[in-house]
Amino acid sequence: MDYLLTEEQEMIRELASKITENKIMPVREELDRTGEFPGGIVKDIAAADLFRVAIPEEYGGIGGGCLELCLIVEELSRGCAGVAVSFAASALGAFPINRFGSEEQKKKYLPLLASGEKLAAFGLTEPNAGSDAGAIETTAKPEGDEYVLNGTKVFITNGGEADIYVIIAMTNKEKGARGASALIVEKGTPGFSFGKKEDKMGIRCSATRELVFDNCRIPKGNLIGREGTGFIITMSNFNHSRSGIGAQALGTAQGALDEAVKYSGERVQFGKTIATFQAIQHKLADMAIQVEAARALIYSTARMIDSGKQKNFSKESAISKVFPSDVAMAVTVEAIQVLGGYGYMKDYPVEKYMRDAKIMQIYEGTNEIQRNIIGLELIKESKRKKK
Amino acid sequence: MNIIVFIKQVPETTEVKINPETNTLIREGVTSIINPFDMYAIEEGLRVREAKGGRVTVITMGPPQAEAALRQCIAMGVDEVVLLSDRVFAGSDTLATSYTLSCAVRKIKDFDLIICGKQASDGDTAQVGPGIAQHLNIPFVTYVRKIEEIPEDRKSIRVEKMVDEGYEVREMKLPALITVVKEINEPRLESLRGKLNAKKAQIPVWTFSDMEMDKERLGLDGSPTQVIKIFTPQPREAGEIFEGEAEDCVNKLVEKMKENKIV
Amino acid sequence: MSIKVINDKCTGCRICISACPLDAIKVENKLAVIDLDKCNLCGACISSCKSGAIAIEKKQAKVANKEEYKGVWVFAEQRNGEIDTVSYELLGEGRKLADKLQEELAAVLVGDGIRKEAGKLTAHGADKVYVVDNPGLKEYQDSSYSKALFSLVQRHKPSIILGGATTIGRSLLPKLAVMLPTGLTADCTGLEIDNEKKLLLQTRPAFGGNIMATIICPDYRPQMATVRPRVMKKLPEDPSRKGEIIEEEVQFVKRDMMTKVVDVVKDETIHVNLQDAEIIVSGGRGLKAPENFKLIRELADALGGAVGSSRAAVDAGWIPYSHQVGQTGKTTAPKIYFACGISGAIQHQVGMRTADVIIAINKDPQAPIFQIATYGIVGDLFQVIPALIKKFKEVL
Repeated sequence: MDYLLTEEQEMIRELASKITENKIMPVREELDRTGEFPGGIVKDIAAADLFRVAIPEEYGGIGGGCLELCLIVEELSRGCAGVAVSFAASALGAFPINRFGSEEQKKKYLPLLASGEKLAAFGLTEPNAGSDAGAIETTAKPEGDEYVLNGTKVFITNGGEADIYVIIAMTNKEKGARGASALIVEKGTPGFSFGKKEDKMGIRCSATRELVFDNCRIPKGNLIGREGTGFIITMSNFNHSRSGIGAQALGTAQGALDEAVKYSGERVQFGKTIATFQAIQHKLADMAIQVEAARALIYSTARMIDSGKQKNFSKESAISKVFPSDVAMAVTVEAIQVLGGYGYMKDYPVEKYMRDAKIMQIYEGTNEIQRNIIGLELIKESKRKKK
Repeated sequence: MNIIVFIKQVPETTEVKINPETNTLIREGVTSIINPFDMYAIEEGLRVREAKGGRVTVITMGPPQAEAALRQCIAMGVDEVVLLSDRVFAGSDTLATSYTLSCAVRKIKDFDLIICGKQASDGDTAQVGPGIAQHLNIPFVTYVRKIEEIPEDRKSIRVEKMVDEGYEVREMKLPALITVVKEINEPRLESLRGKLNAKKAQIPVWTFSDMEMDKERLGLDGSPTQVIKIFTPQPREAGEIFEGEAEDCVNKLVEKMKENKIV
Repeated sequence: MSIKVINDKCTGCRICISACPLDAIKVENKLAVIDLDKCNLCGACISSCKSGAIAIEKKQAKVANKEEYKGVWVFAEQRNGEIDTVSYELLGEGRKLADKLQEELAAVLVGDGIRKEAGKLTAHGADKVYVVDNPGLKEYQDSSYSKALFSLVQRHKPSIILGGATTIGRSLLPKLAVMLPTGLTADCTGLEIDNEKKLLLQTRPAFGGNIMATIICPDYRPQMATVRPRVMKKLPEDPSRKGEIIEEEVQFVKRDMMTKVVDVVKDETIHVNLQDAEIIVSGGRGLKAPENFKLIRELADALGGAVGSSRAAVDAGWIPYSHQVGQTGKTTAPKIYFACGISGAIQHQVGMRTADVIIAINKDPQAPIFQIATYGIVGDLFQVIPALIKKFKEVL
């Protein structure tokens, strides 16, 4: 199907696709087994200029938007969602600087992130603050020209691998959610260390670690925006990034579907390829229907965001995460069913697709939280209409 | 270091078939690619430039469509490209081709190293690289698997050449020509900025009148060899196929082999 | 040089339109018209035309007085003073060509301290051996060796020169061809003489072996061709066969040594003697993982054979390139060739189809390898190979 992409968008997709075919697919099984961070592939992604895509031209970027990022994440996920999330997490860390940072911060950090020389990460989740983001305990106490950071972040993607971290911490605990601020912390700052690396079910090659702050002093100049805007920045960041998780799910589902189609054309039972059986055809058809619907949803949401015409799109962005991630879960499970016993074995990549898919229903706001957002927005919208 | 890389646009070999009725190549729907061996040459050129500075110029001879291959080179990061395209080049064999390419080098004048892939995947002759070197009367080493060193004075080069028993380390003065094997590197992919540049780039085309050349040595007239016939190779006759339990099959096979005194 | 349609012969049948790879032909008023801006003179239309209505006119080259050139030469390749088998194979083929032409067959032996080897060349069919024995030729150099050959060609004017398509031959002969200058056809698999025109008909694979092409060199001399090792058959050695050994003087200057050999490294991982093996067991993509090559090795060991592989297995990094059989690897001609988990793409077939017996093991009954296999087993190689190893251990 022609997705009406511009010539430049086609180029971006093609480049990401080449990385998947040539660099990721040959090693993904090993990466999954060892859980080793794909540093070499990240370099390839950087060499292809893909980290430049969502950064403005004046800071060494290409000046693309949400759709371009989604195209890359989708293609990379077709190979390995663990690689894709390592790419996407850097974009998640870069976004607050790009969107809310000072000119000085942009000049200092964005070119390094655009070239892919350095990776970024975003740190919000804590042991006692997951879905309830208002409960974060990490503090950033102002002291003279500095903030003193104390606390622990968990499950941070690119933890240890990134050089530039955007951390959400309480600058004023009494104000609750309005007392949170976003701060840039560089790797190597005294008092900033990394805890254990998580051993995960899926996306195993991505680095997921604890960040530990122990009287870590950072200059006041590293504050993004004003004090107290931490949650606004966080919400804006997630509103822009959720369709990226959708794209990750989409690529994963597409990869599993491709494997299922290929296998069913090769596997012979009762003297015929299983693709000739209607039971299999219907499974494949249902998978394809869901994948295409997810793609249409993600692309149109991303285009809407990039158009800048709509100010509040938390509902749309939540939808573009929930549906594709549920699709990815269903499609990858079904792909295993098409492959039967072989699908359950690690010799084929479909079981990995399934393990990878699960996290997409969980991270960047669980699908339950997303449904809350969607529900609340629906009620708000209906009230507005009544007025 | 000024580096010249020669490439050729070729069809993806596996797709080329012969039409049994007309006895000619079926090229419809066959995609053109850069000769895979030339990709290593381009990559090596870029690596030498990155290490030593200078420029990489990629040259190809072919019809106007060969421009696409040169755009891909720009997307990979080469500095300049040239397309040699003229009706009088048509029908060139390896002698005429290497002569034509050497004329382009003479026009450029200032160069230190020429890199070619070890052979083209459509013809597999491996003759054009050594041919260019001979036309220019410069030293060459074929089947290079590694550039060991280019000393600071940039007057010489030391390379590893694959030979049947292992490899030889050879040294020669620059300017020189090498042909490279796939062991030498892993070619990079294109970059987005490169692709954007490639889209905009004007591809310079040199014709007969742009270079100093002897018309009688070009194209069909300058080609000693002529193809007089093409045909599909005779298939081997199909033999006996065993199916079923592995052990039964093996027993049957070994019986047959004994019967026919193969073992 | 031009191409033209002979209107009297053209029937307007349109076959040439589909034959043209460049869309350069159309039919107007029932006559073919060639767009000269698009045509690259590939000649596809000429071989397609059933009425002989298209012709390429070529300027007569004014190069050689062809009649002066007589005799068939074989470049006798030697390494460290030992003559390479391919040279004997070429003498075997050269003998046939020389007999057909009723001319002499000569070998050219170039090196340092190699004169004593010349008798082996006559014993393999040469009527004459030209020897250039010079300390300056101790190590192989394209520049010095080509100078030696060039001088001899100018002195004796052979009609045909054959050389091995080895790493040496594929570098030396292209250089020599440009020096002379003349045509050179690489990697020939068939050589014949056109009796009428006394021309060498050189047949070689192109496009990865999908296509064979027959090539001639009508106006330039000598006619030069390289042939891959194991393609031609050598004659049995006959020490009683005598020939003339002629010593030739060639002067070398420093400029003739354009490259310098600094070191020679023998590398077992690079060197695999597939070309001399009588039995080859090859593995391909069907092995699924690098460690499974041990199955192939076991079977090869049980039979006393060598290990080969398909390009897919090499590209996947499972086994070094030196084991690769096929178009971009080695050409082999063993007595028995086992293809295990190899689909048998044409590129692979090029390197093994002259084996006396081909045994294919593949789970896909549609795999092209079965079309050329003498015997095939459709099945899981992880079951078949262990069974084979067991069986061969019993019977051998």
